[in-house]
Parts: sequence; C-alpha cells; structure tokens
Amino acid sequence: MEASMATLARLQGVRKRYGAVQALDGLDLTLVPGQLLALLGPNGAGKTTAIQLLLGLQTPDQGQVALFGRSPRELAARRGLGVMLQSAGIADNLRVDELLALTRSYYPQPRSVADCVAMAGLNGLLDRRYGRLSGGQQRRVQFALAICGRPRVLVLDEPTTGLDIEARQILWATLRELVAEGCAVLLTTHYLEEAEALADRVSVILGGRCIAEGSVAQIRAHVAQRRVRCVSVLPVDEITQWPQVRQVRRDGDRLEIVVDEAEDVVRRLLADDPSLSELEVSRAGLADAFLALTQDADNPARTLPEAA
Amino acid sequence: MNTIAYSPLRAYVLEARYEFLRLLRSPSFSVPTLLFPALFYLLFGVLMGSRDHGGASHYLLATYGVFGVMGVSLFGFGVSVALDRERGLLTWKRALPMPTGAYLLAKMAMAMIFSAIISLLLASLAISLAGVSLSAGQWALLWITNVLGVLPFAALGLWLGSLIGGQGAPAVVNLVYLPMAFLSGLWLPLSLLPGTLAQAAPIWPSYHLAQIALRVVGKDDGHAIGMHVAVLALVTVIFATLAWRRLARRS
Repeated sequence: MEASMATLARLQGVRKRYGAVQALDGLDLTLVPGQLLALLGPNGAGKTTAIQLLLGLQTPDQGQVALFGRSPRELAARRGLGVMLQSAGIADNLRVDELLALTRSYYPQPRSVADCVAMAGLNGLLDRRYGRLSGGQQRRVQFALAICGRPRVLVLDEPTTGLDIEARQILWATLRELVAEGCAVLLTTHYLEEAEALADRVSVILGGRCIAEGSVAQIRAHVAQRRVRCVSVLPVDEITQWPQVRQVRRDGDRLEIVVDEAEDVVRRLLADDPSLSELEVSRAGLADAFLALTQDADNPARTLPEAA
Repeated sequence: MNTIAYSPLRAYVLEARYEFLRLLRSPSFSVPTLLFPALFYLLFGVLMGSRDHGGASHYLLATYGVFGVMGVSLFGFGVSVALDRERGLLTWKRALPMPTGAYLLAKMAMAMIFSAIISLLLASLAISLAGVSLSAGQWALLWITNVLGVLPFAALGLWLGSLIGGQGAPAVVNLVYLPMAFLSGLWLPLSLLPGTLAQAAPIWPSYHLAQIALRVVGKDDGHAIGMHVAVLALVTVIFATLAWRRLARRS
C-alpha cells in the first residue's frame, strides 16, 4: 500500500496497436513524486503513444493506466496534470496573458501569473499575440501553460525542441525546482544531454517495450566501453587487430578508438607511437549507452535517433 | 483525497470570451460573417428594394438575418473545428482539465453573440435607411429567431468540421452554405426560382428558419410554425449526434 500511495501515475503492461503496427507491447512506467523520468527512444519507439495513454487521449488495448489512482479520462484526475505536447495548435490571435488566464481557470489552485512569467521566462511577452512570437518564445508559452496549474504530474513531450540555449537553461532550472518541490515529471527527449542533466531515472524504449530502466549511471553502466582519442600516425587496420579494441576510426590525423578497457590499449599506443599527442580517454556517455542498447536490442540496420 | 473546491464557471466564461475574441480578431472570419449580410441588405434591400413599396426591405431583413446566422454557425463550427483538429488544439485541450463541454459551449456562445450582432446591424439599417417599422415584439422575435437559429447550423457545421481537413474546410463549407442559401429563398423569393427548385426548398434546413423569420414580418408561405421548429430541432439532433460520434471515436 505504501508503494502505491507514492505512485502518482502508472502504465502497467499496456499494449496498443494501430492497424498493423504494435505501438506499445507491454510497457510499464511509474511516476513518483520528486522524480524526473526521461523516456528515450528513436522515432516510432512508442514514446508519443505512451504519453497519449497517460493523458487519456487514447485507451490501451490491454493493461492499466492510472493517474492519481484514477482513469486519466476523469476530469478530477487531470486537474493535477500539466501538459506540453509537441504541437499544441494554440490560437494565434490570443495574447499570452489571455492564454494564461484561460488555462489557469481550468485548475483549482493555479500559480500566479507573475510566477508563471518568472518560471518560463515570459518577461515582456504577456501582451503579445501568440502568433507573432518566435518559435522559441511560443515553446516558452507552452511550458508556462503546462506548469500554470501547479500540477503534481508534469508531462512534457520533447519540451526543448526549438528552444534557444537561454530558454533551455530557464526550463531546466524550473524543472529542477519543480522536481525538488515534489512534482513528478515525465519527459521525452531527443537530446541525450538533457536526460543526462535532468533525469533521476531513464527508461529506454524500443519497439513499444522498455529495454532498459534505471538511473543515468545504471544505464551508462550497461556499456562499460571507453573512448580513446589521440593524434597518431598508427594505421587503423593495425590497431583494429589489438585485443580489447572494438572499433577504430580515423578523422584526418586524429584517431578515435572504442575499447572495452582502456589501460592496455593506451600503454601500447604510447609505446608504438612516440609522437602521439592529445591523448584523451572518456567514459561512454548516455548517448553511447543508448546507441549500444538500441542496437543490441534490434537489428543494426535500424535508423538511429536524430540528435544522438 | 485532494478535495479542493473548484468551480468551473469561470473556465466556461473565459472559454467563451476568448473563443469570441479569437474569431473577432480573425479578419477572414469576422469581416465576411459580420459585414456581408449587412452589405447585401444595403444593396438589395435598401438601394434596389426601395422601388417596390418596402416588400423587399421586409423580406430581405428576415432572410439576410438567416443568411448571417448560417454563416457564423457553419464557419464558426465547420472551419474552426476542422482547423482545431488538424493543428492539434483539440488534442491538447482534451489532455487539459478543461471542464466538460466547455469547448463546444464556447463556440455556441460565440456563434450566438455574432448572430445577435448581425441581427442588430440589420435592424439598424432597416430602421434608419429602409424605413422598416416593426413593433417592439416583432424586433424581439426576429432577434431571438436569429440567436436560436444558430443551433441547427452549428450542429451541421460541427459534423462537417469533424469530417473534413482544415485546408479544404472553407471550400466545403461554402459549397454547402451558398447553394443552400440560394435554394431556400434567402437571396430571392422562391417565386422567382424555377418551379422544381422552389418546390424542393423544404428539404433545406435554412428554408425552415427563413420561414420562421419571415412569419415575424408577415411574408412567410403560411405553413404551421410548429412544423418548421420540429424540422430544425430534428436537424439539430441528427447532426449533433453524428458529430458527437465522430469526435468521440477519435479519442
């Protein structure tokens, strides 16, 4: 009972089919207070379908969807929900303050307009018509509309797509603040650095299924590989033969070598090429882990995510 | 658990207010729907109609009112619902805790306000320029006919909006709107239409609304008013049901 009280939203074994496409194939997701869950996956993996189920826009063929222990189709459940979708089709000729007033009116205890302005970076935009804002400014407004109702569950479908760096910083800071206050956040993103920077947990989805779930560190640990970069004259085909070496690439005079364990390879590089310079060893990032996971789980010919 | 008192009244009011503002600020909607009935009335009812002792100015006052009602209802529902669907506004609103029915009630209120304005514009032209004189009761009845006349065309528009895409919507709505207006005797009395077309007029819902409005100014065909009201009510229920089914199935 303890555990289910803490769960704010949950997808349990959901399946959803559109014609011939099995969009979701037994997916589980759990949102708990004070945690940001990042949903990662290539296009067509089922991220958007998962979100639509959670928002009550679709019903699953099988499995359970619960928002605050109720169906998300119930208005009372959605009053605790904030939403930012990829395209919202918001009325071009309403002003930002009018859009805020309208969306705030849907919620029992909305945030003040001043708070919304500060949290989403809307300074100076309130009296502007939505249609006359830049793409990035429109995304900020959409974010403001998502948080204006003081939601306990916040669902963001690729929120930083189309945002400039400054706006992204504001959004990240606000998300961290909200999570610290106990808000549960579900975020899909193409930007792996975003998941790396914000997520408490990451769920990697492929073919409508979760293929890995855990903290950023845990996901990363799925891939123990290291990446060695240097400027060297050693030939690629020779290094490829070395033990531990997975992959070698040359880019001009630079080499990039993916290895299972770096120590022996580095020793040998230094011994074989006294002129070697700019040596650099890095741990695989979330991007590498993500690619490795999605490639292992599927055939290698599959298209890779855009922003990886 | 979380039982915070919440009254949706403010949400309903704001939804309606901003729906009205949104369309008022769209010149492609507000200019033709508000001005065309008045402009046509000025041209055909006032300038050209002054020769036949006020017959045309009375007849067209009633029928251009109906023409205006059809315009705001068909475009305000048909085109805007089609666009809202296509652009994802409807999806977003469904994910939000917008109170039940607020979206459609707001559109209904918007269409009724536009209809009321059209009705007042026509009345002021009729009084000031065409010398039409009606009793206060007649003016009130005409106004109410126009405001409530929104219902069947809103239902028809909603059904069209649930079927068609946003790009094609204005064309489709015009294809329904203009021929139906003509064939129901809104521009010319039915007596001037070819016999078969005139006889077929009762199949169009706009004919029935026009007859109610014409009854107020004493220029109707003389059928029972209850029959016209019943037909309009039936049209409203049928198209609202069809539209409801289509919109509900999508989710």
